[in-house]
Amino acid sequence: MYRIVKRKQLAPAIVLLEVEAPAVAAKVEPGQFVIVHMDEHSERIPLTVMDFDRERGTITIVIQDVGYSSCMINLMQEGTAFQDFVGPLGTASEIENLGTVVCIGGGLGIAPVHPIARALKAAGNHVISVLGSRSADLLILEEEMRAVSDEVVIATNDGSLGVQGFVTDGLAHILAQGTKVNAIWAIGPMIMMKAVVEYTRPLGIKTIVSLNPIMVDGTGMCGACRVSVGNETKFACVDGPEFDGHLVDFDLAMQRLNYYKDEENRAKAHGMCGIEGGHH
Amino acid sequence: MALKVPRHDMPCQDPLQRAHNFDEVTLGYAEETAIEEAQRCLQCKNPTCRVGCPVEVLIPDFIKKVAEGDFLAAAAVLKVKNSLPAVCGRVCPQESQCESQCVLGKKGEPVAIGRLERFVADYEIKFGESRFEKPESSGKRVAIIGGGPAGLACAGDLAKAGHGVTVFEALHVAGGVLMYGIPQFRLPKEVVQTEINNLKKMGVEILTNQVVGKVTSVDELMDNGYDAVFIGTGAGLPYFMGIPGENLLGVYSANEFLTRTNLMKGYKFPEYATPVKVGKKVAVLGAGNVAMDAARTSLRLGAEDVYIVYRRSRDEMPARKEELEHAEEEGIQFRLLTNPVQLNGDERSWVKSMTCLRYELGEPDASGRRSPVAVKGSEFDMEVDTVVVAIGQGPNPLVTTSTPGLELNKRGNIVADPETLATSKPGVFAGGDIVTGAATVILAMGAGKKAAAAMDVYLKSR
Ligand SMILES: Cc1cc2nc3c(=O)[nH]c(=O)nc-3n(C[C@H](O)[C@H](O)[C@H](O)COP(=O)(O)OP(=O)(O)OC[C@H]3O[C@@H](n4cnc5c(N)ncnc54)[C@H](O)[C@@H]3O)c2cc1C
Ligand SMILES: Cc1cc2nc3c(=O)[nH]c(=O)nc-3n(C[C@H](O)[C@H](O)[C@H](O)COP(=O)(O)OP(=O)(O)OC[C@H]3O[C@@H](n4cnc5c(N)ncnc54)[C@H](O)[C@@H]3O)c2cc1C
Ligand code: SF4
Ligand code: FES
Repeated sequence: MYRIVKRKQLAPAIVLLEVEAPAVAAKVEPGQFVIVHMDEHSERIPLTVMDFDRERGTITIVIQDVGYSSCMINLMQEGTAFQDFVGPLGTASEIENLGTVVCIGGGLGIAPVHPIARALKAAGNHVISVLGSRSADLLILEEEMRAVSDEVVIATNDGSLGVQGFVTDGLAHILAQGTKVNAIWAIGPMIMMKAVVEYTRPLGIKTIVSLNPIMVDGTGMCGACRVSVGNETKFACVDGPEFDGHLVDFDLAMQRLNYYKDEENRAKAHGMCGIEGGHH
Repeated sequence: MALKVPRHDMPCQDPLQRAHNFDEVTLGYAEETAIEEAQRCLQCKNPTCRVGCPVEVLIPDFIKKVAEGDFLAAAAVLKVKNSLPAVCGRVCPQESQCESQCVLGKKGEPVAIGRLERFVADYEIKFGESRFEKPESSGKRVAIIGGGPAGLACAGDLAKAGHGVTVFEALHVAGGVLMYGIPQFRLPKEVVQTEINNLKKMGVEILTNQVVGKVTSVDELMDNGYDAVFIGTGAGLPYFMGIPGENLLGVYSANEFLTRTNLMKGYKFPEYATPVKVGKKVAVLGAGNVAMDAARTSLRLGAEDVYIVYRRSRDEMPARKEELEHAEEEGIQFRLLTNPVQLNGDERSWVKSMTCLRYELGEPDASGRRSPVAVKGSEFDMEVDTVVVAIGQGPNPLVTTSTPGLELNKRGNIVADPETLATSKPGVFAGGDIVTGAATVILAMGAGKKAAAAMDVYLKSR
């Protein structure tokens, strides 16, 4: 069993969990993910690693309540445990000294970008992070990101903090100052990653995204996670989750996320995370 | 005269009823039926049935015990060569193995060896006591990668020889295809778990959630005190056709479709939280056991029309005979000499039809099978809302690419000595689908046992 040693509410529907998983913690690298499975009746849910502590043997994940399974995980308390916790999965981020890099985290995407920014900084890059959220009260992990970045730009849709607008406006703000950016990591909702990629395509700045398609096993066995990259079918769980954003077919990836819309609603009507359970 | 007694039918659930539930289709022989069927066996001096069996089960010997009514003794005989008789009795292609060679089959119907095997194994599960005397410990440790039939069989024999055995399994349960692929209605998961529990009682340690190649590696295991390693990671990488439209919604690999249904128990959604979605008109591409399982699963999940779409003709269909018959009885429709060239989607990217070509059989190819040739101008559209691709699986590269010094063939399978299953890497053995490509449970099980014997020699020599 994989015990939760720390639980922290980061925002209304977003929870941070630190979980005992020494074997995973010993091997994980930035950009990789885990699959958690609460019990026999649950779904296997992929979650990116937000932090890891090799000495304590723990992995930290951040999860947003968007449906039945994520709501159930958000309800888990300190001292309880996952039945299964598999990882590290996927390929690690390619970390090297590129010069100046921008790490963009949108909403929950700030969590997976965190270890990448830290590793890029440790590799000698000048790291500028762009953190986006709908409003100031929904912004997560600001302190943690400041600790691993040289500069931080915040963008909120309602303008309650930082630049008003989307993460692309935050990026525009950096570029407007004449900063030469060598590469960008952009992680967040598909629609945000697509916007960033469209923005950087004409500028020719290498933009890496982390895709979050529906998954089952996470080992290349089922093909549920297939995405089209450069007109080739890839399995995001083993070939990714990071890809060159300029090659990704985002429209298809977004449509594939709707695969189980009807079933998701049925699941929600069932059990503890019923209609009133989730925060929407 | 024994010869005149006809082969005993297998009692089954009614086809119309079973097409809507996941309970086991075949019900198994009653004791009297088993004895009568066993009495049909001639107890040949040179039993040809054994030659047909890939692991040379002591067939007439166990059947003799059945005829005498001593079912537990029969089980003991069966288990000399077969570690998973309750599984093999259910899923082996007996019609092309032991039963195809039975002398009774020359003039009439062969002895129902598979049904007897299953009867005996089930009897033992119910009434036998697993008496296991712990052998003296050899002090040697072995890591088994993959908990499918190859790995489990290897683990069992090594444990019996006194070695310390740990199985590293990627999924959250061991069993391999037996758990995630073959459906409940054909192979109840309780049967598989009984076999796994027996291994645990023998002291085999089973670690789930261990993706070797990620959380650890073959070299690391050897460095951490394992004296030998067996790789039995199967053929778990699904192939797609490579035609336009394959990433549309409603298009599954058979592995995904069956994993959602069997391993994650999607057929009990929402009690089990993993959904599996099937429409009204389902096309399953392929005609092997995997395809039959996907087709019959679709029916049970509520599909109205289920088609097996296959490029060749009936005679070339590779599925077990019993599965074909059962599929047909349940109302699966066969669209033979037909193959899709493109999948078409609606505005939300859901598959709505397949553009297909018709085929005719041409000259025999290298394998001796008549190869299908497309008929010019035969394009037509077939309306479907779910497509399951079941055209085969290849080796998953996670272990092989993370193990330097391991020789692979051009398809990515591990090269292993046919007798010892030793690989090019000292102390590392491999067997089952990862070596042969997708094959059968009995071959994987047999490879696991063969490897265990060679590993025992290797370990004792060190
Ligand atoms: C590599 C990867 C990393 C991820 N990292 C994080 C993370 O760090 N934090 C986080 O909160 N979320 C993360 N996600 C997304 C998270 O897995 C889904 O939000 C979760 O599975 C939704 O399940 P649900 O039952 O709560 O929602 P549902 O009501 O089932 O679905 C809501 C939406 O979630 C998506 N989804 C549903 N099932 C799955 C599934 N099995 N796999 C992936 N997506 C699914 C679909 O888009 C769906 O429309 C990640 C996904 C992937 C693939
Ligand atoms: C749907 C279906 C129906 C079938 N029907 C029949 C039938 O009726 N009769 C018959 O004889 N055969 C049938 N087969 C074929 C048969 O199941 C296989 O030949 C057999 O299971 C192969 O055994 P194996 O041990 O080599 O591999 P598998 O059963 O594939 O087991 C491999 C195991 O290794 C694990 N693994 C893989 N990678 C890793 C890793 N990196 N680290 C740790 N563990 C790993 C997998 O999770 C799996 O548990 C069927 C196959 C399928 C898919
Ligand atoms: S060949 Fe047939 S009749 Fe002869 S021993 Fe085998 S099962 Fe019995
Ligand atoms: S999640 Fe199954 S292959 Fe990627």
